[in-house]
Amino acid sequence: MNRIKKLFQEKKNILSIYYTAGYPNLSDTIKIAEALQKSGADILEIGFPYSDPVADGPVIQASSKQALDQGMTLKVLFEQLKDLRKHVTIPVLLMGYVNPVLQFGVENFCKACAEAGVDGCIVPDLPMAEYEEFYQECFEKHNLSNVFLITPQTTEERIHKIDGLTNSFIYLLSSSATTGKNLEVGNTTEAYFSRIKAMNLKNPTMIGFGISDKQTFDKACSYGNGAIIGTAFVKAIADGNLEESISSFMKKFRD
Amino acid sequence: MKYKVNEKGYYGDFGGAYIPEMLYPNVEELRQNYLKIIADPEFQKEFHQLLKDYVGRPSPLYLAKRYSEKYGANIFLKREDLNHTGAHKINNTIGQILLAEKLGKKRIIAETGAGQHGVATATVCALRNLECVIYMGEVDIERQAPNVARMKMLGAKVVPASSGSKTLKDATNEAMRDWINNPVDTHYIIGSVVGPHPYPDMVAIFQSIISEETKKQLLEQTGSDQPDYVLACVGGGSNAMGMFYHFMDDEKVKLIAVEAAGKGVSSGFSAATTYLGKEGVLHGSRSILMQTEDGQVVEPHSVSAGLDYPGIGPQHAHLFKTGRGQYVSITDDESLEAGLLCTKLEGIIPAIESAHALAYLEKMEFKGGENVVVCLSGRGDKDLDTYIKYFNL
Repeated sequence: MNRIKKLFQEKKNILSIYYTAGYPNLSDTIKIAEALQKSGADILEIGFPYSDPVADGPVIQASSKQALDQGMTLKVLFEQLKDLRKHVTIPVLLMGYVNPVLQFGVENFCKACAEAGVDGCIVPDLPMAEYEEFYQECFEKHNLSNVFLITPQTTEERIHKIDGLTNSFIYLLSSSATTGKNLEVGNTTEAYFSRIKAMNLKNPTMIGFGISDKQTFDKACSYGNGAIIGTAFVKAIADGNLEESISSFMKKFRD
Repeated sequence: MKYKVNEKGYYGDFGGAYIPEMLYPNVEELRQNYLKIIADPEFQKEFHQLLKDYVGRPSPLYLAKRYSEKYGANIFLKREDLNHTGAHKINNTIGQILLAEKLGKKRIIAETGAGQHGVATATVCALRNLECVIYMGEVDIERQAPNVARMKMLGAKVVPASSGSKTLKDATNEAMRDWINNPVDTHYIIGSVVGPHPYPDMVAIFQSIISEETKKQLLEQTGSDQPDYVLACVGGGSNAMGMFYHFMDDEKVKLIAVEAAGKGVSSGFSAATTYLGKEGVLHGSRSILMQTEDGQVVEPHSVSAGLDYPGIGPQHAHLFKTGRGQYVSITDDESLEAGLLCTKLEGIIPAIESAHALAYLEKMEFKGGENVVVCLSGRGDKDLDTYIKYFNL
């Protein structure tokens, strides 16, 4: 069984943390992974930066730019992840945009992920139709899970299709928004979360976009199997001692 | 129809809709409706009425006598510079605003580089009384102050794009982010034949009025609707696609697309996408774009803001790859010289974008008597500062 499925069978209120590879310093990637596992993260989402991240707000854009300026590339990232599994045991996803994957080569990318012990990917600008036609076979050959996003505007028919293509979890966006917007759980968001819950999907759901504190995390957990935090974490490690920033950030959620 | 889009939204290897799920409902709504709406006789009537009475179409096809003498061929200029707002851009914004109304949208967003598409969008928003937000790179806002003022007079809100290189590419990113955050009532008027399917096809259809008129006018003036060459400049490629559209399937008509070489294709300051680029995905479609080995988008350079874009539309990528179109490039210096030449020979000050297409005439060899149509996509008023500085006028 894959690491992600196993995790969802064994645990509730799963906390997944996103960070940008190569930020704040080029060589922090593994250091952050270890510190996050130690302080209670359940899943790591390591972002490979892109020059034009249209789904992201200013914080993740800025971290991506800094990482790129410092020399981060997919090649450098896979070099850093060579001994990933000597350092962390929790599930690891790579998250980024499709163009760097295309240039690296889809087959090479999947192979490198498998060799590093990466469990899956989130590629926000890779739509379902293109995934099925050009990527699915290669992802499956290397046992990589592809995580799809759904929003309040995604139709039920499409959600069922996504559920059928998924073998890890579905990424539920709290609203249609770029990353870093605050989660406001009003009546419409609540109705949407309840609607998804009532669909009895075969895959678990993780709620993302706008989770920044214990209160919003708990709220998300009451509707899904856990939550994803990105922008708030990237902000928290901008400066100061990395290990200390991570441990004090995680204490807010894991005490 | 071999160069037109297929049912999956592709032109050969290029096109598609590489968009985050947040944009899927909007783009899907467009995809399902655009052909139906455009084909509706009522839409066609309103579209053509506005093109005639408001834009001033048909734009003349002018046989440029002194150019023709100089090059030994019949050089025709398709006068898109005479359109209201001064360029071909308004053909598309008129079409899209009518379409947005049919879809019940209340708010319009757009990106702009030099400000021509921003002005054309703000103009139609004023005309139809719709809220208008224009994204423009901070750098471009500084160097295109008159167009910023025009957009404001027209009632648009101009939002500076301060991410990345702060130019057209980043303004496009910001407009896409706005659309993600406003998924229900907003229509995004993309200004070129770029973006996710159906945009490249939709914009090409609205711009195809250029070649539709050209065929008729050529027939009237020469007795044949089949020119030997058509030329147009290419940034994203909307005027070129409009100029090529009705000639694409007639292999006897040679299509020449002129890209901006900037300071030279190998200078590191260029926007010659087909020469410098590789296949990849940017702004929602698979096409050819200038990028690093790692797939990061490279900043282009051109003296002409309208050609200063690191990609080309997917249909152009297809015409290039299949060899149907010939893709060439012209430097900053060559284009400015050609702009001055056009002014002196024909009394027309062209936009520097359009001057790239004119400049290529100099490199062509004619047997004599060929019919050549150049798309004069815009007028040069907006470029006076650049001309003045370059020629010490």
